[in-house]
Amino acid sequence: MRVYARTPLDISKVISPRGQVYLIPERCKGCEVCVHFCPQKVLVISDERNAKGYRIPKLNNGEEDECVNCEFCTLVCPEFAIFTLPVEVSSNG
Amino acid sequence: MSRVKIAKKHPLDSIIRADRMPHIWCPGCGIGIVMRCYAQAILDSGVPADQHVVISGIGCSGRVAGYMNIDSYHTTHGRAIPFAVGMKLAKPELMTTVFSGDGDLAAIGGNHLIHAARRNVDVNVICVNNFNYGMTGGQVGPTTPRGARGTTAPYGNPELPFNLPYLLAAAGANFVARWTTIHVRQIRDDILYAFSRPGFTFIEVLAPCPVGFGKSNNIDDGLEEMELYRQRCVLVRDGDVSQDDLNIDLREEKPIYIGRFEDRDRPPYEAIKVETA
Amino acid sequence: MDDRRVLTGKHFMNGDEACAEGALAAGCSFFGGYPITPSTEIAEHLARRMPEIGSVFIQMEDELASMAAILGASAAGARAMTATSGPGLSLMMENLGLAIMLEIPCVIVDVQRGSPSTGLPTMPGQSDVMQARWGSHGDYAIVAYSPWSVQEMFDLTILAFNIADRYRTPVIMLCDEVVGHMIERLVIPPSDQIEIWNRKLPKESDNGRCDPFRALGNDLVPPMMHAGEGYRVHFTGLTHDEHGYPVMSAKTHHDLVTRLVEKIEHNAEYLIRTEGYWLDDAEIVVVAYGCTARSAQRAVREAREEGISAGMLRLISLWPFPENLFQDLGKTVKTIIAAEMNLGQISREIERTTGRPVHGVYHAGGEMIPPEPILRAIRGADR
Repeated sequence: MRVYARTPLDISKVISPRGQVYLIPERCKGCEVCVHFCPQKVLVISDERNAKGYRIPKLNNGEEDECVNCEFCTLVCPEFAIFTLPVEVSSNG
Repeated sequence: MSRVKIAKKHPLDSIIRADRMPHIWCPGCGIGIVMRCYAQAILDSGVPADQHVVISGIGCSGRVAGYMNIDSYHTTHGRAIPFAVGMKLAKPELMTTVFSGDGDLAAIGGNHLIHAARRNVDVNVICVNNFNYGMTGGQVGPTTPRGARGTTAPYGNPELPFNLPYLLAAAGANFVARWTTIHVRQIRDDILYAFSRPGFTFIEVLAPCPVGFGKSNNIDDGLEEMELYRQRCVLVRDGDVSQDDLNIDLREEKPIYIGRFEDRDRPPYEAIKVETA
Repeated sequence: MDDRRVLTGKHFMNGDEACAEGALAAGCSFFGGYPITPSTEIAEHLARRMPEIGSVFIQMEDELASMAAILGASAAGARAMTATSGPGLSLMMENLGLAIMLEIPCVIVDVQRGSPSTGLPTMPGQSDVMQARWGSHGDYAIVAYSPWSVQEMFDLTILAFNIADRYRTPVIMLCDEVVGHMIERLVIPPSDQIEIWNRKLPKESDNGRCDPFRALGNDLVPPMMHAGEGYRVHFTGLTHDEHGYPVMSAKTHHDLVTRLVEKIEHNAEYLIRTEGYWLDDAEIVVVAYGCTARSAQRAVREAREEGISAGMLRLISLWPFPENLFQDLGKTVKTIIAAEMNLGQISREIERTTGRPVHGVYHAGGEMIPPEPILRAIRGADR
């Protein structure tokens, strides 16, 4: 739950989007651009390697729910490997 | 979400040749980023994909033609633009895009580049500028900054590079823009804009080439070069930027000016039709 | 066809213009060229005529661009042509290789002049024969025709377009400055009497196995798939498989290059055109083409009047070379004389195929070879 110093008046109307990260591991080349440029620091590079030996990204511990589907990783991945899709959000926070 | 989910298909797989993925570009290479923006722009353009054609030259950027699931032509070194001119004039309903690199377009293809801009043929050019000839191992090219190293300039490049936005604006292009591979939203937006602009459009995208250029010039990987772009880029909103300001040298702490540099309405090339009595 | 396209009737016209009219009559809708003497009249004529009939004329910035532009136009479905001379043909060589590799039909008119290098721009030559065959890098085969009259400048250009389309190949018109600049009678038939062979297109019955580089018949010619027709083709100058995807393998390369060569060589009988004069009982045969054949014909006629059993074989197609014809000829005639405005180019093919030496009447270019040296050679062979 997000903590506010002052609770916005329209908090019941504004819902922050959420995203699910998808990866096609065999396409990843471990360039780490998605990890570095994610504004929410959702990703880290893991120790898991794909078939070509590249280290693929995984979720950062504790940041699993922070993805807001900004799509930057989708837009900036050179390999057509990582993308996000919006996730239904029932409540705000 | 608890974890990254494994996917088998990417949302853009219908417009790329997914059977040929992963592509051949190096880890950290920026070409895939520009290709993704182009692919997105095709889907967002409202023009059916069957009407889009991509024509490329030789080099890493030229390999884009082989990965796009549209009519694609991977032609000879430097000659993508005249091929595109012939194709566009023979079949004007085609949305014709040339996708190639700095060496292919500005060195061997330089003559065709300036003449197509002069004529203002309705062709869109996307130029991935990674400051070297990457495919062949990192030789210097017409956009390599002075003093930068390459395999054919082991003591540093003695030559001054082209300033492509300036060159293209002077040659007559209707729309000229420069971005880098971190400006992913702007690249897609400007490609879409270029599709809709009559006349010759030119979008330069600065891209990392860690194995060709970065390796010789103390840039460790694509990520480091993209971080350099983030730190140094300055957006030009309107008004002129001097020719000197538009020069790029990644080693210097000087701003890299990006944005739209030319957007005008010179009449586009039209083949003459004569009515006879 | 638009009635302004085919100028049916009798004309008194220059060879270059007749070639241009032949292109239009064949349905040429795109010309991309660069001015070069002695072919410039083709470009100038088309610059005037093509806008009248809704076709595209563009003067490109150089010959490399011209060749690239006609390939782009043809890949989009147009019948496309360029016109040049020796120096320009040299510049077109790389993209000629692309045309062959991509199997894109096109016509390249080379009005030959004194060569090499800048040479004699306004005077004739016939020294691009081997360049037309071998000028680009790699193994390939080419089709080339050599007109000797204004009428043939018209007729053979139509044939060139038909062959180009039917076999998905570039075709070179090896003209010379004499025929290009001479003015003679030209008869242009009504458009419904002009035969046009269309490109092989994908058919429903190909069962989805349609690939732009898969030959489905014995003729080794794949169907042509144009830009904008929904096929999502990939055309690359890299060695490719039948689908068009680049494949870096020796086997794919050998298979592809062999098919490209055999496509021309195995269909040679449909491509070759020759004409014989007084050959039935000839003991001495003069082989000639283009403007030189006019002098050779005169020399042979005079030799006959002197009682010499001479004949002439005029090559209308220079490539593919009529090997079978010459193998037979080599066994039956006493002497073969080759008259050409170069220092012996087609004569090498004659020697190769007959296994016998050829008497050459050669001149490096600049002036049409007159009948006298050919007649002297015939008399000399007769002794």
